[in-house]
Amino acid sequence: MATAVTSKIRFHEPQIEMAHGAGGKASRRLIEGLFVPLLCESSTGILGDAAHIQLDGVRVGITTDGFVVKPLSFPGGSIGELAINGTVNDLAVSGVKAEAIVVTYILEAGLPTEILEAEVRAMAKAAKKAGVIIAGGDTKVVEHGKADGMYISTAGIGRTIPGVTIDPASVRPGDKVLLSGPVGDHGITILLARGELDLEADLTSDTRSVLPLVEALVKAAGPGVRWMRDPTRGGMATSLNELARDCRLGVALYEDDVPVRDTVRGACELLGLDPFHIANEGQFLAVVAPELAEAGLQALRATPGGENASLIGEIREQPAGSVLALTRYGASRIVDMLVGDPLPRIC
Amino acid sequence: MKFVDEFRAPELINKAADEIRRLADPSRHYRLMEVCGGHTHAIYRFGLKDILPENIELIHGPGCPVCVLPMGRIDDGLSMAQDPNVIFTAFGDMMRVPGMNGSPLEHKARGMDVRIVYSPTDAIKIAQANPDRHVMFFSIGFETTAPSTALTLKRAKSLGLANFSIFCNHVTIIPAIRAILDSPDMRLDGFIGPGHVSTVIGCRPYEWIAANEKKPIVVSGFEPLDILQSIVMLLRQLKNGEARVENQYKRVVPWEGNRAALAAMAEVFQLRPFFEWRGLGFISQSALRIRDTYAEWDAEQRFNVPGLRVTDPKAAQCGEVLKGVLKPAQCKLFGNECTPEHPIGALMVSSEGSCAAYFNYEHRKTAMLTNISASA
Repeated sequence: MATAVTSKIRFHEPQIEMAHGAGGKASRRLIEGLFVPLLCESSTGILGDAAHIQLDGVRVGITTDGFVVKPLSFPGGSIGELAINGTVNDLAVSGVKAEAIVVTYILEAGLPTEILEAEVRAMAKAAKKAGVIIAGGDTKVVEHGKADGMYISTAGIGRTIPGVTIDPASVRPGDKVLLSGPVGDHGITILLARGELDLEADLTSDTRSVLPLVEALVKAAGPGVRWMRDPTRGGMATSLNELARDCRLGVALYEDDVPVRDTVRGACELLGLDPFHIANEGQFLAVVAPELAEAGLQALRATPGGENASLIGEIREQPAGSVLALTRYGASRIVDMLVGDPLPRIC
Repeated sequence: MKFVDEFRAPELINKAADEIRRLADPSRHYRLMEVCGGHTHAIYRFGLKDILPENIELIHGPGCPVCVLPMGRIDDGLSMAQDPNVIFTAFGDMMRVPGMNGSPLEHKARGMDVRIVYSPTDAIKIAQANPDRHVMFFSIGFETTAPSTALTLKRAKSLGLANFSIFCNHVTIIPAIRAILDSPDMRLDGFIGPGHVSTVIGCRPYEWIAANEKKPIVVSGFEPLDILQSIVMLLRQLKNGEARVENQYKRVVPWEGNRAALAAMAEVFQLRPFFEWRGLGFISQSALRIRDTYAEWDAEQRFNVPGLRVTDPKAAQCGEVLKGVLKPAQCKLFGNECTPEHPIGALMVSSEGSCAAYFNYEHRKTAMLTNISASA
């Protein structure tokens, strides 16, 4: 039995690199090649943002997330707020309303109490706003010089939102791709907050709970909502590539219709980055049946914080398994998953 | 966004594409080389091949500094940083370039102190912040980045910074173009000239290409409209039987270049008698070394550099791709053993490398279109 499992291990890289945590291709290789063969008897559903399990006949969603962002606080948010919103969002895009979160703090000896208190307060505030309780936790302290101040790990649990089933296998050609708002704000904010570049911009992280937007979309277009994902590490391009791969269809992206703030575009132009690869912490993507796409879009736009929601693409037969960006001047290019890790420790 | 959107406007792009179709003689095949890797990247990134007529073939040139650097230089640089007292600094696009025993990033994962900087002056800041350690900057690039290295050396000297040095790998563009033109298997009709290099050296250094080789060359910007406009200008010259140097990128490139930058380079650098290029072999007077007056900050003079000569893996055809003899997908390793994630050659790493650009933006699209036409 053990031999059978071992033989399924496909991850043979000699050491862990930063890229294995970047959410792109390398992360996927590690998860599919090592974690899934050893930990999961059946790999179905394991790669979603949250897992669905039956508890005494009740279907619940459960997720876990780790936060190692550097710096701990940045314009528009901080590690504590990110920990709550990130957990709530992973559940939300899996069609689950977060009910309770438990938290583990890994603290560096020497961390000023004032910083810890600020983060705990930020968590309490974010939890209240998202309507979730923090039900318990654990605290560990490591030597000075480890953990860069603090790391946070969370687990969240919640009930499934009625009227929606998230399943990439239900995605069909002709379905529309919706995006809740501009992409790239979080990643570029962190990059600038590190102060390594002599660049300044009036930009804040988009960290927030996307649950109100998800609920609005489900209310307006529930039966037509086939798939959702919050494009965090690896950005929108990586999420859409995962979708294309999972549903074995192509995603055609109308490049000019993807909302990107000028500050983010400008920073990306200067630094040679693609905004589609930059992390977000308060946006989500949804694939919606064509007949309900417009209703879903209008519902998003009518919800506070969803004003810039856009229809950014559609599902096509080809190029199967890939994402193709189309320009207004009639050209196209493949949009791949993130390779490597241009911006480590973004969340 | 200003200075970008107007050069990506669909109506202007379509107009330029129409003009290209009007000027291109359907009975003729045009082979135009974009010298600069930045152009190669832009051509794939913006999907320009989709809107060009089939008889206009763009050949990717040698203007990707990371790509032309032979592997031994990476290993030389890394060997100096084996000393735990040394901090290895380089631009981000060097980080994943494979050496014999792995890339700088892989060395970092094994414990080497490797740091990405966005400017060589950041390396100076690191040296000032770590006075008891030595900071080495792995400098690379054509005349585009050489002036900033020159200013960094001047600054290090004026600060009397003792714990800082530069491992100089700067190369110059003109000898590379000459080597391409001298190669017997290369038939070209004209050049899309380098944009960024020309902001420093100006347009005059290309005049021999027009005068002696009778090939037109148009110095070009990097937006879709810039590149299409440059192709229009090349086709016009070819149609009229002309061979001139033209400057499409006037908003950035002065005809005479940047005198201050050239002066700083002349003060700090001198030409090496010869330097090895990947794919092109040894080219005389094609690279820069640090002058003896700056020897204190020259890593090659301070450290014992092994001077490694490492040949590329046999199956890799980086050299042929660099010279434009092979298209990226024609290399035996392309997309199989060699991918952006597991690069065997530098052309698959650098954003300016033609293999990386082709892999990221084009090749599955091409494969898909081939499949569709095969099944039709």
